[in-house]
Amino acid sequence: MFIINCPYCGEREQSEFKAGGEAHIVRPKQPTELSDDEWAEYLFMRKNIKGVQFERWVHTHGCRKWFNVVRDTSNDVIKAVYKMGEKPPTK
Amino acid sequence: MYRIKSGGLINRNKELNFSFNGKNFVGYEGDTLSSALLGNGIHLVGRSFKYHRPRGIFSSGSEEPSALVQLEEKNFTEPNIRATTVKLYDGLVSNSQNHVGSLSWDFMRINDYLSTFLSAGFYYKTFMWPKAFWEKVYEPIIRNAAGLGKLSKESDPSKYDKGYLHCDLLVIGAGPAGLYSALIAARTGAKIIVVDEDFILGGSFNGENININDNICSDWVKSILSELNSLKNVRLMSSTTLYGSFDHGIYGALEVKSYNSKNTITKPRHILWKIYSKFSVLCTGALERSILFENNDLPGIMLSKSVRHYCNRWGVIPGNNISIYTNNDDGWETAKDLKKAGCNVVCIIDQRSNIKPPIENIDHILGRNIVKAKGNLRISSIKLDNGRIINTDCLAVSGGYNPNLHLTCHQRGKPKWNEVNHCFVPHNPPKTMEVIGAANGLFNHEEMFNDSKIKLTKILRNLGFRKIAVEKVNISKKVYQISPFPKKIPEGKIWVDLQNDVTVKDIKLAVHEGFHSVELLKRYTTLGMATDQGKNSNVLGLSVLSLIKNKTMHEVGTTIFRPPFTPVPIGAFAGRSRGKHFKPFRLTPSHNWAKSNNAVFVEAGNWLRAQWYPIKGEKTWRESVDREVIQTRNNVGICDVTTLGKIDIKGKDSGAFLNFVYANNFGKLPVGKVRYGLMLRDDGIAFDDGTTARFSENHFVMTTTTANAVTVFRHLEFCKQCLKPDWDVHLISTTDHWAQFAIAGPKSRKLLQEICDPKIDISNDKFPFMACAKITVLEGIPARLFRISFSGELAYEIAVPRRYADFFVKKISEIGKKYSLVPYGTEALGVMRIEKGHAAGNELNGQTTAHNLGLGKMVSKLNDCVGNTMSERDELNKDDALKLVGFIPTNKKQQLVAGSHFIEKGQIANLENDQGWMSSVAFSPMLNHSIGLGYIKRGNQRYGEKVNAVNPLKNEITEVEIHSPHFYDPEGELLRG
Repeated sequence: MFIINCPYCGEREQSEFKAGGEAHIVRPKQPTELSDDEWAEYLFMRKNIKGVQFERWVHTHGCRKWFNVVRDTSNDVIKAVYKMGEKPPTK
Repeated sequence: MYRIKSGGLINRNKELNFSFNGKNFVGYEGDTLSSALLGNGIHLVGRSFKYHRPRGIFSSGSEEPSALVQLEEKNFTEPNIRATTVKLYDGLVSNSQNHVGSLSWDFMRINDYLSTFLSAGFYYKTFMWPKAFWEKVYEPIIRNAAGLGKLSKESDPSKYDKGYLHCDLLVIGAGPAGLYSALIAARTGAKIIVVDEDFILGGSFNGENININDNICSDWVKSILSELNSLKNVRLMSSTTLYGSFDHGIYGALEVKSYNSKNTITKPRHILWKIYSKFSVLCTGALERSILFENNDLPGIMLSKSVRHYCNRWGVIPGNNISIYTNNDDGWETAKDLKKAGCNVVCIIDQRSNIKPPIENIDHILGRNIVKAKGNLRISSIKLDNGRIINTDCLAVSGGYNPNLHLTCHQRGKPKWNEVNHCFVPHNPPKTMEVIGAANGLFNHEEMFNDSKIKLTKILRNLGFRKIAVEKVNISKKVYQISPFPKKIPEGKIWVDLQNDVTVKDIKLAVHEGFHSVELLKRYTTLGMATDQGKNSNVLGLSVLSLIKNKTMHEVGTTIFRPPFTPVPIGAFAGRSRGKHFKPFRLTPSHNWAKSNNAVFVEAGNWLRAQWYPIKGEKTWRESVDREVIQTRNNVGICDVTTLGKIDIKGKDSGAFLNFVYANNFGKLPVGKVRYGLMLRDDGIAFDDGTTARFSENHFVMTTTTANAVTVFRHLEFCKQCLKPDWDVHLISTTDHWAQFAIAGPKSRKLLQEICDPKIDISNDKFPFMACAKITVLEGIPARLFRISFSGELAYEIAVPRRYADFFVKKISEIGKKYSLVPYGTEALGVMRIEKGHAAGNELNGQTTAHNLGLGKMVSKLNDCVGNTMSERDELNKDDALKLVGFIPTNKKQQLVAGSHFIEKGQIANLENDQGWMSSVAFSPMLNHSIGLGYIKRGNQRYGEKVNAVNPLKNEITEVEIHSPHFYDPEGELLRG
């Protein structure tokens, strides 16, 4: 139970959003040229760390926009939010 | 006489009738159930959990471990209500709990005499063997003995509700610290909420007899409340307990509106609030603890501050000859107030020897301990460590104060031990919370007001409020000095936890048996469990543990505090979401029309859909469904298919986008045409299917299955925003905007021609199979027409704006009469798609691939689309892969069962021999026998072969023949005709 600051709508209750897993997973540009291991890495391998994690969220019951969230998984403190395509904050 | 003539916060002119154990009593407005009981001289109100020892009223607040009653009757009844928290109302019905026989002669008291055998871990040790006894003998006995009150086992007729609130500052607790903080904040214009569990705000100041600004403290409370009440930026919430602190300043609160069953059917009984705050101050005060001596659980032994509050707030003196036992200065305050009220104070016994009596003119004994209390159903005497015996009918005990720090710990804050005041104090509270006053271990009023001032100024500045005016307060300095816990554990039957019957002996035994940590001790002995969560007992228990283990209190530590602070009824969490309101229903646009046609409805996701339409004389659903199928296949039928997801796709890159999200090619789909599309997940598994129509170069309309309407739309948004952000594609869900009907059967074209506006030609040449067009019907209603067929017949789907749906469906049924138009439901729809061999949700179950479905060739090899590369994984393309085929029973009279597994004839039905499963079955009225669809290894090469369909649930084996999945019109001549 926490609050997410949607970069398009502002602060909203978590229940309006849906988590979409790790952020900055780039879909392969040449899918046919990938080895099985590279595909497995893209499809299945995700970080699930205790601490600061970069995640994708979508404002499902709101503007329907996907965006990125930097969240500390140990205490749900949200360090930053930024739009798709923007560079992650360095600090 | 227990009630004094004047004083306190009760209205002696307003009498309230109530009953306890069937006897009628009178109390006053402003009473709690416990003050009214004590006002009538009643101490004995229950029996303890394990030993069934008599239990009295121990405290005056929500920490009460003993005075738990069964409130109200029949289906309104609620067990384990703390009598100390119930505001008395006229007609209240209460009963005592946990006894066999009468309250004063409980048969189960025998447990007390057997207590040697019922010590900690008794269940674990005793009910071990024989194993067979567990289910039949032990468990029923334990279940019967467990729990205190009784549930009605009927549905609760009371209403519950939920609400949401927002504020700048949340003030938790409306005692002196809370009200003072609230006033400072309120005057700045900040939006504040003040919550307190009591039905009168003011906290301890409603029960104290001290002066502030030269007036009695309860008057100071009144003046502050009247100012707060006049301010629009303040919301005062009494009878509201903050039960949990969650992330980001979110709090859960329970407001008790009424316990009175006369009110709770029409108005909510409780309201569950979710409060969003920018900052909060915790001003929850402190709770008193008891002292350890033998039989310290007897009725008549009460917390000292509670005795004082019963006297000052409710005008109730809970005994004729009251003694006080203390280890700190606060006990003396009780003696002073009782004496002032005209009560006979026998004496005050202080454990401390080297003190100057803080109050004069009271008989006192210094430096002594009580070793034992005596009495049957009520305390009658106490014995001191020098052997002296003192007769007394009420003992007020003050063992010092524990700050109410629970809410600082709900996010893993860990309390610290304070060596001066001998209590745990908050440490690492949540970032947006400040703890003020007694809750922070400050037991001196003057210091507490200063503390509020400094902290509030800082908090309000940080919240952006600059104009801060602080009210001056004059209050006499109150000294609080306390002796540490004794260095020796007293002997005998000494209660630590009154609610769970945990004694000092149980703690010793638990440590002896190896349960050293506080968390293990709690679970093994049940110390600090159940409704009071050890609000009185925890620290006492820890003091015993620290002595046994020879560790400091800080080293011993506390168990983790978790929500809720006090119990919250399940009904409050459910709120209005009960029965039919558990989740919303979505009605199809033709719902009223279907209802008037006698439809039987079925829940499909959130939708209510017509399942079939029985007519007069039909006795079983099968008769109706068979008729609907036959009539559709012979004439024409109509079915509401609005529930299919509809997604409008526009933009220059729409074609490319569809190519990307579907496994088969869409870019080359001509305008005015529809195509079947199969969607895969990125891992190559089939995700959803449907049709997509192209209305213009850059405008497509996609349909999805009913079940996946939401997930497909979300998936497309993901693909668009995250995978192809530069593409010009716009998506919108139009499921609710267009009402869509399937019109199927050989006469469908004739019927449609009649409703289409005159210039529209839908002949087979002009509008062939898989055509689509925007048209108008019934004199100008805009419509989208698709020539697609799920049933296998010559069929169309027509969509009209939802607002025309009712008119449209009524009109078409009227016109359709001459073609024998029949409404059909989801069952007939299912039968016809199985006869035709179309896959649906049962087949697209998240385990199957295009290859399994027999659609492998559709998957694009050229384009990059979601899932096509992974669908070529070797493992998914083995020669013996499952294939979707049809099945018919060899004995045509037999019924097939969905979920049956296929086993080669003559082989044992086990996992190794498993060849696949039956996914869908139906009775085909066209073939007059049961048919099925299912997956079986290499099925497409095994037509005609016979295998067993095994249903181990019912021990049934049915011989089936593998068949093409297309049972009806396999060449597809009908739908193209």
